Amino acid sequence: MSMTHADRQSRTWWQRNQQTLTPWLFLAPGLLMFAVYVVWPIFSSFQLSFYDYDGLSTKEYIGTANYSELWGDRAFKTSLYNNVIWLVLYMLAVPLGLMIAIFLNQTVRGIRIYKSLFFFPFVISQVVVGLMFAWFYAPNFGLLYKVIEFFTGKGIAILASPTYATYGIIAAGLWPQIAYVMILYLTGLNNVSPDQVEAARLDGAKGFKMLWYVILPQLRPATFIAVVVTVIGALRSFDLVSIMTNGGPFGSTRVLSYYMYEQALSEYGFRMGYGAAIAVVLFGIMMVFISGFVWKMIRDERGMS
Amino acid sequence: MLTTKRTAGVALAIALLSGTTALAETRTLSYYADYDPNPLAAMEALIAEFEAANPDIDVVLQNFDHEGYKTAIRNFLTTDAPDLANWYAGNRMAPFVDAGQFMDVTDAWDANGLNESLASAAASMTMDGKKWGIPYTYYQWGVYFNKDAYAAAGANVPANYDEFVANCELFKAAGIDCLTTGTSALWPGAGIFDYMNLRTNGYEFHNALTSGEIAWTDDRVRATFANWAKIVPYITADHAAIDWQDAAALMSQGKAANYVMGNFAVATFKDGGMTNDNLGFMAFPEIDASIPRAEEAPTDTIHIPAGAKNVEDAKTFLAFIASADAQTKLNAALGQLPINAGSTVGDDPYIQAGFELLSTTPGGIAQFFDRDAPAEMAKLGMEGFQEFMVLPENLDAILERLEAARERIYK
Repeated sequence: MSMTHADRQSRTWWQRNQQTLTPWLFLAPGLLMFAVYVVWPIFSSFQLSFYDYDGLSTKEYIGTANYSELWGDRAFKTSLYNNVIWLVLYMLAVPLGLMIAIFLNQTVRGIRIYKSLFFFPFVISQVVVGLMFAWFYAPNFGLLYKVIEFFTGKGIAILASPTYATYGIIAAGLWPQIAYVMILYLTGLNNVSPDQVEAARLDGAKGFKMLWYVILPQLRPATFIAVVVTVIGALRSFDLVSIMTNGGPFGSTRVLSYYMYEQALSEYGFRMGYGAAIAVVLFGIMMVFISGFVWKMIRDERGMS
Repeated sequence: MLTTKRTAGVALAIALLSGTTALAETRTLSYYADYDPNPLAAMEALIAEFEAANPDIDVVLQNFDHEGYKTAIRNFLTTDAPDLANWYAGNRMAPFVDAGQFMDVTDAWDANGLNESLASAAASMTMDGKKWGIPYTYYQWGVYFNKDAYAAAGANVPANYDEFVANCELFKAAGIDCLTTGTSALWPGAGIFDYMNLRTNGYEFHNALTSGEIAWTDDRVRATFANWAKIVPYITADHAAIDWQDAAALMSQGKAANYVMGNFAVATFKDGGMTNDNLGFMAFPEIDASIPRAEEAPTDTIHIPAGAKNVEDAKTFLAFIASADAQTKLNAALGQLPINAGSTVGDDPYIQAGFELLSTTPGGIAQFFDRDAPAEMAKLGMEGFQEFMVLPENLDAILERLEAARERIYK
């Protein structure tokens, strides 16, 4: 008691504020990186989307002309429509991943090998997945083409058809995505409380009712993450489109991220402003989902505390 | 990059040490290019020759990957320009000329008599009445065909387009694709369009169309597509999903008879097992006898960036590369045609045929759709051509779309 006043005087500014400053010091590198590599580019894209700029000449301010052009751009509509198809069909990865996870969640001999085999597609690069599926669909020698030819007499080259090509690419994307969701659910299933399962069993629950009322509620955190990664995966579907079709045939498999790249950076592109406008639209769409997720996370945290 | 700086540093150090001794002073000439291995070796040999003749100039060549170069050039021209850079003729150089990134080299043309010796490519190097670079190579396009497939179907090499179309029935009966192509990368389709258009409407029309002076809904454009439509049913199905190399394989295997391609494809045909005996080449057949024959020959070029530091030596180098002897050597390695009228060509039959074809062209030499038209128009056009070959019934919608794009792009 007697020493406090003099003591407080002798403590340095650092010692007094240590508690408040330390978290910020630890956060500083991350915040700096985030500001420079994420926040600043976002704002600079917003700014660029109001300009006509080819990367060489001087920028020319054109107001919202890029956006009004987007409004009437057929390729943009195709990309947007394809993004919706991606979002909807990609969601299949969640139930399918759950199914495989439940199927693999048993203790038989060699289950680890089966699990790793099922997980394998997620480990290989998207580029490799794209190439493999492109060969699978290839006209004249592709396996799928041959099988269809065998049964119907006439093969279908999936990636040459404006009707099927997008679905063909999504199928290729689902393969690793299902594996990813599966691994999320497998870890979730490890944490399912055996007591509750036991209790439910005593009450006579089984089969689908057991899954729906007992298992799934306990898997909610896993489901949440699975949905988040699948939505993000669907929206940023770029590599497969680029590898498998380059957006073709005649632009029918474009998605927003690929169209943005085409306009801004590809060989026939270099319309930086227009590309930035597409990026802003894509950012807007992602924001809807991301704020939804963040809102849910905050609500859950509040609810718990 | 590192080598450039280091050599420059060494040059500076030597210059400082030697003081007023002019002899020891080497000036660096930096050159960015995108050669494949064989031409690169030939260019390095030429550079050695140039340095021997000009001991005070040190050429530092920085070679880039072919595809990566197309993006890299936009960065280095504005930030750290070399003294020389590779690019392409025609509208492909327009963005750089318009942005003031290339230097006017008309004086180098005038001083070295290049207006005569490089006459065949002069038009494609001229914008606003000035020359913007030196062409060093080009290659012909035309119809490559499989003689065995012709024999199997009992078809004769066609003398005009009507015979070509008539042959297609024979090929169909023999289960052979009359014309093959792989439009996964879009541009092979533009080759077919260009020839249809050059044969239907001629060279002047091609230029007017690619410079946006003619509506895509014009009746003459429709006439081009009407001629094209005659062979669309005989073109390899699923071409939209295959690369040009895969289509070349189809022709090598005898599953397809004809292929509208550039001379660079000869190597691919030969890799697929074809030889000089069964690989044929002909000019694209005549459609309208009243139209003077025009050909496509994309030209590769060297330019002096506006930010170049050593312009005088760069012009000396350009004059050297434009010379008949240098072009002969370089093109022997490239397997292509020299521009200089005094150069000689190798004894490869396809090179010989191309030389004959281009040097006797009365109508004019076009670059290629994606080099003559601005990038954005080229991309949309090539998508349209691909769509037309898959769904010819969409023609009206395609042309209206291209016309709307033309009105926007060339304003």
